[in-house]
Amino acid sequence: MIFQAIRLALRSILRNKLRSFLTILGVVIGVAAVIAMVTVGQGSSAQVSASVESLGSNMLVIRPGQRGFGPPSAGVPIRRFSLRDADAVATLPVAAAVAPIANATATLVAGNANVSTSITGTNEQYPTVANWTVALGRNLTPAEVRAGAPVCILGQTVRQKLFGAADPVGQAVRVKTISCQVVGVLAPKGAGSFGQDQDDLVLMPIRLVQRRLNGDDDVNGIQVTLSPGVGSQEGIRAIQALMRERRHIGLGEDDDFSVTDMKEVASMLNSVNSVLSGLLSSVAAVSLLVGGIGIMNIMLVSVTERTREIGIRLAIGASSRQVLTQFLVEAVVLSLFGGVIGIFVGLALAWGAGVFMSIPFTPDPLVILLAFVFSAVVGVIFGFFPARRAARMDPIEALRHQ
Amino acid sequence: MTAPAPLIEFRNVSRVYGRGEAEVRALDGVDLTIAEGEFVAIMGPSGSGKSTAMNIIGCLDRPTGGEYLFKNTPVQSLSNDALALLRRHYLGFVFQGFNLLPRTSALENVELPLIYKGVPAAERAARAQEALAKVGLSGRGAHHPSELSGGQQQRVAIARALAGNPAVILADEPTGNLDSHRSEEILILLQDLNAREGITIVMVTHEPDIAAYARRLVIFTDGRITRDEPVAWNQAAAAEAPI
Ligand SMILES: Nc1ncnc2c1ncn2[C@@H]1O[C@H](COP(=O)(O)OP(=O)(O)OP(=O)(O)O)[C@@H](O)[C@H]1O
Ligand SMILES: [Mg+2]
Repeated sequence: MIFQAIRLALRSILRNKLRSFLTILGVVIGVAAVIAMVTVGQGSSAQVSASVESLGSNMLVIRPGQRGFGPPSAGVPIRRFSLRDADAVATLPVAAAVAPIANATATLVAGNANVSTSITGTNEQYPTVANWTVALGRNLTPAEVRAGAPVCILGQTVRQKLFGAADPVGQAVRVKTISCQVVGVLAPKGAGSFGQDQDDLVLMPIRLVQRRLNGDDDVNGIQVTLSPGVGSQEGIRAIQALMRERRHIGLGEDDDFSVTDMKEVASMLNSVNSVLSGLLSSVAAVSLLVGGIGIMNIMLVSVTERTREIGIRLAIGASSRQVLTQFLVEAVVLSLFGGVIGIFVGLALAWGAGVFMSIPFTPDPLVILLAFVFSAVVGVIFGFFPARRAARMDPIEALRHQ
Repeated sequence: MTAPAPLIEFRNVSRVYGRGEAEVRALDGVDLTIAEGEFVAIMGPSGSGKSTAMNIIGCLDRPTGGEYLFKNTPVQSLSNDALALLRRHYLGFVFQGFNLLPRTSALENVELPLIYKGVPAAERAARAQEALAKVGLSGRGAHHPSELSGGQQQRVAIARALAGNPAVILADEPTGNLDSHRSEEILILLQDLNAREGITIVMVTHEPDIAAYARRLVIFTDGRITRDEPVAWNQAAAAEAPI
């Protein structure tokens, strides 16, 4: 009987292909939104935690200027950090490793190849602080850092572009007027939280960057790894106290620098993620509701159109339960069609978004199953009322219809 | 000759529509007994309650007064589901407007009652083919109603009524939409089913020469039976019957 009902349902759905398709569009959109959202959401939160992990755990970033958005207040020039600030932070017991950073952008040339990349001037602590591994060659030495020696370590992307698969260690690259010797290559990290390529970088001794590329002695920021067992709040307090003293900030004055805990950034990114998911969920819920109402509407039309058929079936010996089953099955099959199409559309969207935002594509079979079940439930709920109307028809009146 | 068992028994049956000013007494105290194997024609003016009586006999409706016994079972106290079961197992309907499912092949139309009886697919198809053969439409199983003539459609409808192996076939103006030649074919078919298979037939008609194919004539006037008599042997019909 159920099998028969499914066959009948398929037939009547296929008989009105366009109408059926328009009917299930709401369910398609709803399910596609759910699937796309969950798949992208899971991919990106997996990626946020992975990339935060790759930034280095227990890491604080100190930057000059007040924390917050927008331009700094007029007339208050940002007071820069210097290498002495970094040395002072390094003397704090809460700091296990400290890396000052000076950024520059420049074009590197090796043979015929050239690449424009961001150059991070720093010290030998940087790989430890920022969680990099030197895959080939070696790290910078303290002597090279002190002297500002013309050496560099390449990120994987830069190495690929300049040398391909060849071993660049010992080779020379030219940056502006400097001829730099490659001493090491970093292990790849992949895409960051915003989809940026983390491997597109070059490390150099900070003094080299300051003197030869930037022409000043600015330090753009200081990255600190806290000592084991030191909480981030404790670390932040200690650093704030030190920096306020060094920068002679009075009791009533605000900090003119910021100390950021990278874990906080991660949780902020995750909460942005969950707000977006919440938004999309409500879109999906509304869409499923509208889809359900669409199914109910078309089933009511169908029941009315087929009044005579219902009368015939009842006269021939169908029980009202069998009529109910027939129309309910039709609504569920219709809705499941929508669900299945929606699942495919959603997965395709998630895959596309994943490629676009370089987020991993991780379809979750449980979510797909849930979406399938849920679309069946939508069919049952919204198909019930029309089906009951069909089942409660008076056979004589139904036969007399039209 | 022993009196055959009563199959259909009306005891002072009435059917009232509406109430108060708008009250219509479609049936007003009808007593009627039809035995197994009879072929009854019901005639009467329009609005005299013929269809109302057929609906009650067919368990599509219940009397509002009196008693209706089908196979000695009082019907008015049965639930809707029980009525559906009675229709499924004992009754076959033939309507004036054929009432076949459109866009559905003749064979599938005939299979319909067997689906509700829970007959397995293979046996269903065989029995439906058999029923189509009985009405002379062996080769037409795949045709849709729109591809068949009126007479053929009505024969499909009879095959559908027949497929469920009913005790009674109820035909409300089965020839109302057919010309006289097609009507004759249908009546000969019904006569044949009555004679050969012993199926009880109750038929409503407006035409005396159609009623002449039956063996008993019941006349309704204003919701009451005003005449109930055997039909005189009809030479013309007998001569044309190919039996
Ligand atoms: N559903 C209904 N509601 C109200 N009155 C009805 C209903 N059905 C039938 N009637 C009335 O009951 C009476 C008998 O109707 P019925 O259909 O039985 O007549 P009939 O003998 O079959 O007539 P016809 O030869 O025209 O088919 C009529 O007066 C009709 O108006
Ligand atoms: Mg009538």
